[in-house]
Formats: sequence, C-alpha cells, structure tokens
Amino acid sequence: MNFFKNFFTGRRFVIAVPSLWLAFAFLVPFLIVLRISFAEADMADPFGTLLTVADGVMTLKVKFSNYLFILQDDLYVLTYLSSLKFAAITTALCLIIGYPFAYFMARAKPAIRPVLLMLVMMPFWTSFLLRIYAWKGILANNGILNNFLLAIGAITEPLQLMNTQFSLIIGMTYAYLPFMILPLYANLVKMDVRFLEAAADLGATPFQAFWRVTVPLSKSGIIAGSMLVFIPSVGEYVIPELLGGPDTLMIGRQLWDEFFTNNDWPLASAVTVVVIMLILVPMAIFNKYKAEQEDNR
Amino acid sequence: MKTNTSFMQRWFGRGWLSLGYLFLYLPIVVLVVFSFNSSRQDMVWSGFSLQWYAALMQDTEIINGLGLSLRIAVMTAFASVVLGTFAAFVLDRYRRFTGRTIFAGMVSAPLVMPEVIIGLSLLLMLVSVQKAFGFPERGLTTIWIGHTLLGMAYAAVVVQSRLQEMSKSLEEAAMDLGCRPYQVFFLVTLPNIKQALGSAWLLTFTLSLDDVVLSAFLSGPGSSTMPIVIFSRARLGLDPRVNAVAALTILVVTIGVIASSLYIARAERLRQKQISSAGQE
Repeated sequence: MNFFKNFFTGRRFVIAVPSLWLAFAFLVPFLIVLRISFAEADMADPFGTLLTVADGVMTLKVKFSNYLFILQDDLYVLTYLSSLKFAAITTALCLIIGYPFAYFMARAKPAIRPVLLMLVMMPFWTSFLLRIYAWKGILANNGILNNFLLAIGAITEPLQLMNTQFSLIIGMTYAYLPFMILPLYANLVKMDVRFLEAAADLGATPFQAFWRVTVPLSKSGIIAGSMLVFIPSVGEYVIPELLGGPDTLMIGRQLWDEFFTNNDWPLASAVTVVVIMLILVPMAIFNKYKAEQEDNR
Repeated sequence: MKTNTSFMQRWFGRGWLSLGYLFLYLPIVVLVVFSFNSSRQDMVWSGFSLQWYAALMQDTEIINGLGLSLRIAVMTAFASVVLGTFAAFVLDRYRRFTGRTIFAGMVSAPLVMPEVIIGLSLLLMLVSVQKAFGFPERGLTTIWIGHTLLGMAYAAVVVQSRLQEMSKSLEEAAMDLGCRPYQVFFLVTLPNIKQALGSAWLLTFTLSLDDVVLSAFLSGPGSSTMPIVIFSRARLGLDPRVNAVAALTILVVTIGVIASSLYIARAERLRQKQISSAGQE
C-alpha cells in the first residue's frame, strides 16, 4: 500500500496523463507507420506480423521495396524536390513581406498596436479553407483580377493565373503569412529601442542600424517564423489541391492520392516516413528555439 | 534632412501595413460581397440578391455537416483544454524529469507537422486498434481523437504563456497556509488562468470546426463534416452557396471577437480599479 502511495504521487500523475495521451495518439501511430512502410503492397494484411517463428527459427521479414521504389522513381524524387522548392519560396516571400510588416507594427503607437495585432489574428478565426477557396474566385480566368485588368485595359486577353505555380505560391504565402508575422512581432515589440539610439549616437545611419542591430537581435523571431512556415508548407495538401495545377507537384498531394486513390497503404507509409526525415532537422531547430525561448523568461 | 527621412519612413511604413492588410483581407471581402451576387455566373457582379442564403437553408448536406462539425468541435475544445492544461502545467512547473525534452517536442510537434502525416498515422493506428478490439468505428470518435491531438498543442501554448506570467507567490502563500497541492491548483492557479482557458477553448473550437485534412482521413462513410463537404465542392469549382457559408461564418466570428474584446477590456478596467483601490487603503 505504501509503495502505491509513494509511486502515484500527484506529480507523477500530472506528468502521466498527457504523456499517455501523446504516446497513444502521437508516438504509437508513427511506429505503426514505420512498421507498415516495410510491408509489401500486395500483402493482404499490411498489419500482419513481420516477425514469424517457424520450426523454432525466428524470421524477421523486412521489405525495403517501398523505399527503393521511392528512390528510383523519378516522379517521387521530383515531387520531393519541388515540395522543398515551393516551401522555400513561400518561406522567403513570407519573410520579405512579413518582416517589414511586423517591424512597422512594433513601431506603431502603443495605443493602436493591439488593434493591429488583432487584425492579423482575425483571419485565423475565419475558415482557412474558405479563404483559400476565395482565391479561386480572384484568380480564375473570368475572376476578379482578370476582370479588373481587362477593365483598366492593362491586358486584352485574360491571363492564365489559376492552376499554375503562381496561384499555388500566392495561396501558400497568403495562408502562412500570419505565422511569420506573429513571432516576428512578438520579438520586435520587446526590443529595446535604446540600442537603436546608441547606434545612431555612434554614427550609424538608420539603414545600418537596422541591418546591424535590429536584424541580428530579431534572429530568434526570424528562425521561429521561418520554421512555422516552412515545415507545414512542405506537406501542404489543401492549397495545392485547390489552387495548384497538374504540374505543381507537392508531396502531400502525392501521399493523399497514393492512399485514397491507389489504396497503397505500405507505399503511402513509406512516403510519410521520408517526409518526416525531410522535416526532422527543421523540427529540431524549431524545438531548440522554443526551449531557448522558455529559458529566457 | 532628418525630418524628411523620418517622414518618408513613416509613410513607407503606413503604405506597407496597408498593402499587407489589403492582401490579408481581400479574399474575405470578396467572399462576403459575392455571397450577395444575383448571378449564377460566378465572379461577375450583376445585382444584389439573397438567393444563395435561401439555397443554403435548403442544403441538407451542408446543414448536416455543420451539426456534426459543431458536436465534434465542442468535444474537441473541452478535451483539448483539459489535456493542454496538463501539458502546459508539466512544461512550466516541472523543470526536470526524465524525458522532458521528448515530452516538450511531442507537445509542440503537431503545431508544425504537416496534417497529412498526422492524419495518415492516426488512421493506421486507429485501424489496428479497431482490428484488435472492434472499436472505435470511423466517424465522430476518431475525428474527435485527431482534432484533440492538434487542439492540445494549441491549448498548451496558450495556457503555458499565461502560467509563465502568473506570479508564483500566490501559490506559495496558499501552500504556506496549508493547502494541499490539488487545493492550490483548484483554488489559486485555476481562477488565475481562467481567461487563458477560455481563449484556448475558443481557439481549439474554431480549429476543429475548420479542419479538413484530419477529418478526411478519420471520417467514415456518412460522417462528413462541413469542411469536408465544402472542400469536395471547392475542388469541383465555384459554388455561391459556399460564399454564403463564408459570409455567415465571418459574421459570427466578428461578433464573437468584438464581444470578447469588450469583455476583456471590461475585466481589465475592473482589475485596474481593484488594484488602485487596494493601493489607497
């Protein structure tokens, strides 16, 4: 009895509840995916055991065929590369638009900052799906942008904007921009403006002060924002499906088709494992940054 | 010269912010405006009409989907806030224990992890559970589990930042006065973080109401949530009834945000008043 009393302390209980949940809903699922990725596509039961004991001999049957297929298939290699490319372009655009945006927000009068911040958060509360859908209406051949450009006489023929790389990148930049702005703003608003005054006193032009003081001081915000944009964009499915064309290869879409259309669960699992490997390093950077953030308080 | 550059800078800043907000809000404005369009032809304005709202009221697929989505969202919000509070408490108060790094990583991973990956792995896990035990059927329960995994991560972030701000001396005082740890939590900590719990609830509720990818992986036959219905129509092309849904969502959200910010402002004023009156005594 005493043993139980000592073992089940409040602290252990508080740690155990979320840990068990995460083990059940997060860790175990990945182990199962890893396990199925080594199964064969034509196997009737992908959940069947890999480890068989026959005549007292234990056999571990591991198939690398799914991985070999992914590595040798040009389409898969191209899809992985183009996912990384689109994610990188999205991240760069979000940073280029978002950094000055967050900077000017943080330098606005303190009284209006909460309003500016709320205006950035508001789109979060309205459906992501509906906002992406709206871009279809804006970019379509008979859509708003084309009608506008035709009306002012800038173009004579409607431009093909939808189902191109352009529409995909616009959609991804649009959807992920707030994820870049928020951590940058949180970082820049805390910055001590006396550093800039000191830089000015020492003869720096505003431009030099920006590059050599503000930007280095906001490094952690830049990293956090970039990771928050880059990692989910690599595997994005909804935006390429609604706005991208047949030539905009994205791995999330490929994975979805492999699973839902081709019903090839082992191959879909192997694709998942490879995606996880691709984002493992950015995820580690993100977690390190988060831990630093917590320690700094 | 100096005033000239700062003048330029100020206007450059204002211009950049205006363009940024224009970019963020253009699609929302378009959705609302064209929900009142009388034309069948999608993106050409031809007069004001409420016909798409009338059509929406007849659309049983969307209405049934909304019913299911709301039930899942309420269940998700409660489960996420409870689990997220546990996780936030662990991360904020227990600085050292075996596996803390892994724990922290797992709590925050769903924030960034592509949803297709979470969806696929959860589905494969739930299918194996179903094979072994005969439940859960794919549908409400499985979608709920998926949304809660995502919701917990968001709830933990919101609650954790409030726990960090909170002054520890209140809890120490309660402990000195002889409170048991669970009493400290329910009598002191919880009332102090209740606003954060409220915003975490709302955030996870909206997340769940909006989610497509996880729901698509985890739903079974006959359990299409509203986003699944909308997504399958959006894939095919433009549907003015979807615009009407969007406009109604935006209306509800706007009212909600204004009401909650008024409530928070009032609570803040009350707190300031109490602080100043306490100072005078």
